[in-house]
Amino acid sequence: MDNKQYKDLVHVTTPKSPLLKDCIKAFIFGGGICCFGEILKTLYSMTSLNEDEVKLAVSSTLIVITAILTGAGVFDKIAKHAGAGTAVPITGFANSVVSPAVEFSLEGKILGTGAKMFNLAGPVIVYGCSAASLYGLIYWITTL
Amino acid sequence: MPQRTGKYTIELTQKPSIIGYAAAVGKKEAEGPLGKYFDKAFADEFCGEKTFEKAETHLQKCAIEKAIKKAGLQKSQIDLAFAGDLLNQCIGSSFGMRDLGLNFAGLYGACSTMALSLALGGVMVDSGACNSLVAAASSHFCSAERQYRMPLEYGGQRSPAAQWTVTGAGCAVVSHHRSNAPYVDKVIFGAVRDLGITDPNNMGAAMAPAAAQTIARFLNDTNTKPTDYGMILTGDLGTTGSALLKQLLSIEHKLDISAVHNDCGNMIFDIEKQDVHSGGSGCGCSASVVCSYILERINEGSLNNVLFVGTGALLSPTSSMQKESTPGIAHGVLLKKG
Repeated sequence: MDNKQYKDLVHVTTPKSPLLKDCIKAFIFGGGICCFGEILKTLYSMTSLNEDEVKLAVSSTLIVITAILTGAGVFDKIAKHAGAGTAVPITGFANSVVSPAVEFSLEGKILGTGAKMFNLAGPVIVYGCSAASLYGLIYWITTL
Repeated sequence: MPQRTGKYTIELTQKPSIIGYAAAVGKKEAEGPLGKYFDKAFADEFCGEKTFEKAETHLQKCAIEKAIKKAGLQKSQIDLAFAGDLLNQCIGSSFGMRDLGLNFAGLYGACSTMALSLALGGVMVDSGACNSLVAAASSHFCSAERQYRMPLEYGGQRSPAAQWTVTGAGCAVVSHHRSNAPYVDKVIFGAVRDLGITDPNNMGAAMAPAAAQTIARFLNDTNTKPTDYGMILTGDLGTTGSALLKQLLSIEHKLDISAVHNDCGNMIFDIEKQDVHSGGSGCGCSASVVCSYILERINEGSLNNVLFVGTGALLSPTSSMQKESTPGIAHGVLLKKG
């Protein structure tokens, strides 16, 4: 059997992810997180914070909640069902920083937690900042 | 003396016996269908140690010490230890040997290590180079996950073809032939086979071609057919890999092993209830199943003639990132009732 024939056989035999079910769950969990964010926004708006500070406070709250749930070993159990629903919002980013930080704490604070903390989130930061810079450059040129 | 039978198979003419065997596992494995057969189960995933790597060492040491005790031997009577695991530089095994003080030959055969250590052990005893030796292997879910995949607390979804690394260790004490003890009749060392699987979440698919090749070669060398065996037991192909193995053997060799095939990865967990997707995997999977349930059943006479084929996926995190395909390997050991 050659590689091509085997690839076809594997494709037919390997069980597929339940895409529709996963999408519905992701929609519900992701939507739920966004609704919760809106509730937080409304609550923070009632305080003396201005609009920019309210946005920061909402993101920070979600990050802190995720960090606590990750540390308590609960986040991964929710994310198993939520999939992209928890990965795409800021909760996914927070989890990807906290989980290696917890995991590698046994290798020390510098080369463990410090070095490995951005193992997963590093690419998001690098390419996120690059994309933002590129967008800024295009925006600047087009509005000259 | 070991003698070659056919092109690939080696017959052990003195029929070295497995005079002691033991398995130590984690909580999830103990809750599985084979729970009552394991010698020791740890409820704590750290096994009382500070790190997961030390926990794995602890598991392996525990299995080795129990197997030696069950064999009625002292550590000083063990001439050699063949052992391996999945951790970088095999520290799961070598760090345990610091305390055990046995002469040690570290092995890496990925998840095929138990079959590899048992095959090498059988040949060493049969040749007269050793009187008694231990063959062992281990894996730990947590130490394997952090090395090969994602941090434990990372929130992601597992693919349906993904397998669950077994937290467990198994050890067999191989010695000169003794009546009434299970023995190693023949062994076969497999060749690396790679049919281009690049998905690191589908290890069953990567290993099935090597398993098919080793099984076909063994049956051909020994001029036997699948139904001549009480069981053809693969290491950790899981449900996906097992289905592929049967299709490969049927298409390539016109062999049907369905009536006698089983897989340690399918046996150790209740696949649905324990949510392990395609089944168990890891060195500790076949090691703990063979060194408990399988050898126990051979010992009591309810099972005989078991062709145990350990399967390994020879990838590393680096090779996966460099988009290399995953080579598979499979080594076989024919176990019989004494």
